[in-house]
Amino acid sequence: MTPTGNEAMEPMLEQHPFLRGLSKEQLSALAQCAALSSYDMDDYVMRAGQPANHCHLIHKGQVAVTVHEPRRGHVVVQTVGEGGVLGWSWLVPPYRWCFDGHALQATETIALDGEKLRAAFDADCCLGYEMLKRFTQVFGERLHAARFQLLDVYKN
Amino acid sequence: MHVLERAQFDTLLEALQQHGRQVIGPVRRDGVIGYEPVRSAGDLPVGWADEQEAGRYRLHHKDHGRLFDYTAGFHTWKRYLYPPTAVLWQASRDNGRLSFETPSETPPKFALLGVRACELHAIAIQDKVFLDGAHPDPAYAVRRNNAFIIAVNCGRAGGTCFCASMETGPRAQGGYDLALTEVAEDGRHYFTVEAGTKKGERLLDELELREAIEAERAAAAAAVEAAANQMGRQMPVDGLRELLAANPESPRWEAVAKRCLCCANCTMACPTCFCSTVHDSAAMTGETAKRERVWDSCFTMEFSYVHGGSVRKDASSRYRQWMTHKLSSWHDQFGSSGCVGCGRCITWCPVGIDITEEAWLLQEAHGGPTRTGE
Amino acid sequence: MPRNATKPEVSSPASADGGAASMAEPMLPAPYRIQRQRREAHDTFTLDLAAADGGRPPRFAPGQFNMLYLFGVGEVAISISGNPGTPETLQHTTRAVGSVTKAMEKLRAGDVIGVRGPFGTHWPTDHARGKDVVFVAGGIGLAPLRPAMYEILRNRAHYNKAVLLYGTRTPSDILFKRELKQWGGNFDVDVYVTVDRATGTWRGNVGVVTQLIRRSPFDPGNCVAMICGPEVMMKYAVDEFRRRGVDSQDIFLSMERNMKCAIGFCGHCQWGPNFVCKDGPVFRHTDIEHLLNVWEI
Repeated sequence: MTPTGNEAMEPMLEQHPFLRGLSKEQLSALAQCAALSSYDMDDYVMRAGQPANHCHLIHKGQVAVTVHEPRRGHVVVQTVGEGGVLGWSWLVPPYRWCFDGHALQATETIALDGEKLRAAFDADCCLGYEMLKRFTQVFGERLHAARFQLLDVYKN
Repeated sequence: MHVLERAQFDTLLEALQQHGRQVIGPVRRDGVIGYEPVRSAGDLPVGWADEQEAGRYRLHHKDHGRLFDYTAGFHTWKRYLYPPTAVLWQASRDNGRLSFETPSETPPKFALLGVRACELHAIAIQDKVFLDGAHPDPAYAVRRNNAFIIAVNCGRAGGTCFCASMETGPRAQGGYDLALTEVAEDGRHYFTVEAGTKKGERLLDELELREAIEAERAAAAAAVEAAANQMGRQMPVDGLRELLAANPESPRWEAVAKRCLCCANCTMACPTCFCSTVHDSAAMTGETAKRERVWDSCFTMEFSYVHGGSVRKDASSRYRQWMTHKLSSWHDQFGSSGCVGCGRCITWCPVGIDITEEAWLLQEAHGGPTRTGE
Repeated sequence: MPRNATKPEVSSPASADGGAASMAEPMLPAPYRIQRQRREAHDTFTLDLAAADGGRPPRFAPGQFNMLYLFGVGEVAISISGNPGTPETLQHTTRAVGSVTKAMEKLRAGDVIGVRGPFGTHWPTDHARGKDVVFVAGGIGLAPLRPAMYEILRNRAHYNKAVLLYGTRTPSDILFKRELKQWGGNFDVDVYVTVDRATGTWRGNVGVVTQLIRRSPFDPGNCVAMICGPEVMMKYAVDEFRRRGVDSQDIFLSMERNMKCAIGFCGHCQWGPNFVCKDGPVFRHTDIEHLLNVWEI
């Protein structure tokens, strides 16, 4: 992982679907937490059990959220692609990843520093609330998808 | 309007038979009046009348000698126009060739004797189902087009009848070749006869009946009027179609499901229910196979089976399907109610579920009219 | 603009005649010979059929179905999966799940089955002209959509974007792999495939197909969505389209119910006031929205 500190992240943040519609000030606050990060194919963006220091907004590429099960090996739970959001373990204690994040192809993300994000949300509760609403949508989508997969609707 | 004396009644049956028709009429058997082949007036249920209530049917003999004092029994005319089982086709396999053919025998030309006003409506409703769509049913068409219909106006309402509220009776308004009204009073016994079609007129001409006099017309009219006034049940039709469509989740469905046995009697006894299934079978030799169509009921589990399970697992959804179809979605599909008020589903329900009562309860539960008119 | 999913112009052989005397037998199958049996997935196969008498099969519209009869075993309703532009070969792609389809799976070239149809409403390929077309297929649901894809590719210039979102259980359940590649390559179709469970060397999307709707490239204000798959998947897909602002009028889905006659006599396929066999299987969402969330209707 090679984070490249970048104060001029704002235009990229503005382009990402997850942040669409935020105010200039809000984007600027987030830019303070943001850095570009890139991964080669088969790199791990995150590893289960490791500290969850970042939230990744995927700019390019595709990441598989996987879990390692001794008998079955790496089981893919879902994939997150361009425009998607990866990881929210940085938001709640104990700030550790629950899943692995495996780059299926060369991937670029906007990595938002978790600690700085939490501080920014505390400092500006309006920003915090707005962002939480957006994350809640992501949680909801993931939960919905997980339940839907559980239904196994195509099963014979 | 003409007059057929009771003593002349067999001349009517003979004329029909001379035209090559098989007369199907009311016959008492196994304690029920059903519709079966008849040869003479002696086969008819002379003097027999039924007593009906929800879940109850009894026959009683009286001395009046009337031929048509009974009301609707378990049979319906669909038994003859749309038989309970019918071979649709036979297939044969020979040297890698497969061929299909429809049964070659032609059904008898029926004369249906004693068709009630509600039943005329039921036949008209089944005509719409089987003949009006993009794919008319040829087997039904043959039986139907060849049938000669002799309606009999009701001189008495059955215990579960409600045709007056469905506007389907008790007087036959059309859809018959001949219509009879039985009058037995003041020591006389005769039938007034009206023709409804050219076919009917021709038969009347052959019978050379005399014109009815005013007193006979009046007596016939009074008999039908009396039947209308006897009707104890009423279907609350106002707004019922919309109410049923709007309330698929009414608590009433659960309530009725606590009693419904899903026995399918109501659908078998209903003169308009038309659902069927098919049975495929092959001969032991493996050379021929056939497909039969048999009456089916929306009350069975198999009825709504799709791969994985039945869509309507609960009795509440099956009763809802039947009643909503009959009184609501039938309008969407065929332009009229699917109920003619004959009361069979009430009489033959083993637990006495009464469709009119259920309709009232739904109306009352969802802001419709109440029985007390409040 | 038609209010309902439209009845096809093409007529089935059964409706050709008018009067009762010359009434065709809508329940009578015609013999068809299997020219080829192709395995699509472990439980799914395609039959290529030709009329046994050498005649031309009746024309069909994408989304319509036939009743296939296996001698002595029974009859099943199966959507036509072939190309409406080459009607001389009738194609059906079937999953072997019931007694009839499992027996059909054992058939080989040269065997003869009975066919009657085509029946039912079709996909709104006319209504979609000048718009983006978004197909959402789940599992075997790709088969009934394939004729519509063929039709759109045959008239590619009449449509804007074409997007196919396709979900299956595992990578080995993906049907028509070769065509998916062709459509994505030569025909300017955005093809996105996802699986519920990744197996083997799969490096594609993992997740439910409805999630693809959220980020796929189409204009919600000028598109037509055609959805086919398990009912619960179709319901969620509709939700996603509605969330993106697609009008209920522009969403179409194909329903499945028990069918015995395919012509509205047997009553089995009733769904509210609809007979799925003749008022469907393809319905406009506006017309059936009130039924989608009623249990056991």
